[in-house]
Amino acid sequence: MIKHEQIEKNVGLLIVLTLLVVLWGGLLEIVPLFFQKSTTTPVEGVKPYDAVRLVGRDVYIREGCFLCHSQMIRPFRAETERYGHYSVAGEFVYDHPFQWGSKRTGPDLHRVGGRYSNEWQRAHLMNPRDVVPESNMPAFAFLANTKAKDSVGADVESKMEVMRSYANARGLPTYTDADIKGAKAAIGDMTEMDVLIAYLQGMGTALSTMKQ
Amino acid sequence: MSDFISDFWNLYVIVIVAGSILACVALLIIQSKATFTPGKTMGHVWDETLEEYNNPMPQWWSWLFVITVVFAFVYLALYPGLGNFKGVLGWTSVGQHKDEVEKVDATVKPLFNKYLAMDVKAVASDKQAMEMGKNLYLTYCMQCHGADARGAKGFPNLTDSDWLYGGEPEQIKLTLNEGRMGVMPPHAQLGADTVKDLANYVRSLSGLPSDSVRAAKGKEAFAAVGCSGCHGLDAKGMQAIGSPNLTDKVWLYGSSEAVITETINGGRQNKMPAWKEFLGEGKIHVLTAYVYGLSQGK
Repeated sequence: MIKHEQIEKNVGLLIVLTLLVVLWGGLLEIVPLFFQKSTTTPVEGVKPYDAVRLVGRDVYIREGCFLCHSQMIRPFRAETERYGHYSVAGEFVYDHPFQWGSKRTGPDLHRVGGRYSNEWQRAHLMNPRDVVPESNMPAFAFLANTKAKDSVGADVESKMEVMRSYANARGLPTYTDADIKGAKAAIGDMTEMDVLIAYLQGMGTALSTMKQ
Repeated sequence: MSDFISDFWNLYVIVIVAGSILACVALLIIQSKATFTPGKTMGHVWDETLEEYNNPMPQWWSWLFVITVVFAFVYLALYPGLGNFKGVLGWTSVGQHKDEVEKVDATVKPLFNKYLAMDVKAVASDKQAMEMGKNLYLTYCMQCHGADARGAKGFPNLTDSDWLYGGEPEQIKLTLNEGRMGVMPPHAQLGADTVKDLANYVRSLSGLPSDSVRAAKGKEAFAAVGCSGCHGLDAKGMQAIGSPNLTDKVWLYGSSEAVITETINGGRQNKMPAWKEFLGEGKIHVLTAYVYGLSQGK
């Protein structure tokens, strides 16, 4: 039997035992989720992000949108009335990493796709107070100054390759060689703002037409 | 809800959950049987005299652990937690959401049905309906049209009596249900000179200061290059296609020569989303009445 004293005086042993304790919960809370149909099968209509939306998503992550916006509509009436159908696990199978977020300074964005016009999104990103005077969101006008192909889109092919290897490992539909080859052409001269809007406009649309 | 790809994971969860609880029980039993030597320290001394003793836990504390074990068993019997076992109560988060929605619907549905049977204009003068309308407006519409419904650049003011697609209840309802797509094509190909003439003419139409020579040339161009095709020969617009009246003092994007030039050169397009599926008949009806009421000076 290990003595109290031995654990306290042996840092290596202490670390190993601490890790075991922490892992124990994960074995139960996390591991089985990798083996559930509802968490690993895409919901009908959910497709891999096309090249434009994939790099738009990178702008979303780079600018830290997830710090103020969640992408997780909980199954409460107050949320489904405002945002639409609650989020389900099968909608996030192509999200690496997912952008659920944990804090809402701004509203949830999971069903923002198609909710506003492209022009609204543009005006709002240029200066949120032009359309919503009460807003405390920072302006992202600078996104219109950089071409996506020079920043987030520079290595879009290799990003798609990585996403494809994830999907292949799980036997999910994914990009074809032609998709990857055409990625740069699809992004073309779009600015970072354009690709971000494309990402936003495609968000959560697989279930949005389903009335709760 | 669990829908594991194989039964192994069902067992896996059950074994770990039950095993963990039983391990806690075993630990509690072992601890309750342990003997303690009063006054014996663990050999630690801090701050000269502060020593760590090895005394049994207070009884109430041990009982708290027992209670958590009992709670765990009761919980696992009632709620889903043991692998595929659904729990005696059959609780699901989806079911809870459904119950919640149905409960509120039971109170709200009769109200919406009552308003649906009424004329939009009558609903617009119903105080309770307008309170509901305001709540709906502030949830779904204010992001574009503003909390005060006065709009923003590119997004129409709903409180005035100027309407792009018409302000009668039927037209408002159609706008809400199906959305609208407003497109003005770009005209930069006309050349900077003609565009400047046109901008001056458009400003003169609503009595804004303009160069009269250019305005006169602009008037000719207006009909010649096809502006009148959408805005009408009298420039009063056409509600059937949503082309704005250029002779009034309402400006969607701005009235300065620079903005008008930008509009003519680059065109404009904007979209009002369709709300039919998302909101449903009842909410659309009340919102129609609310929007209609906004411009009635109430």
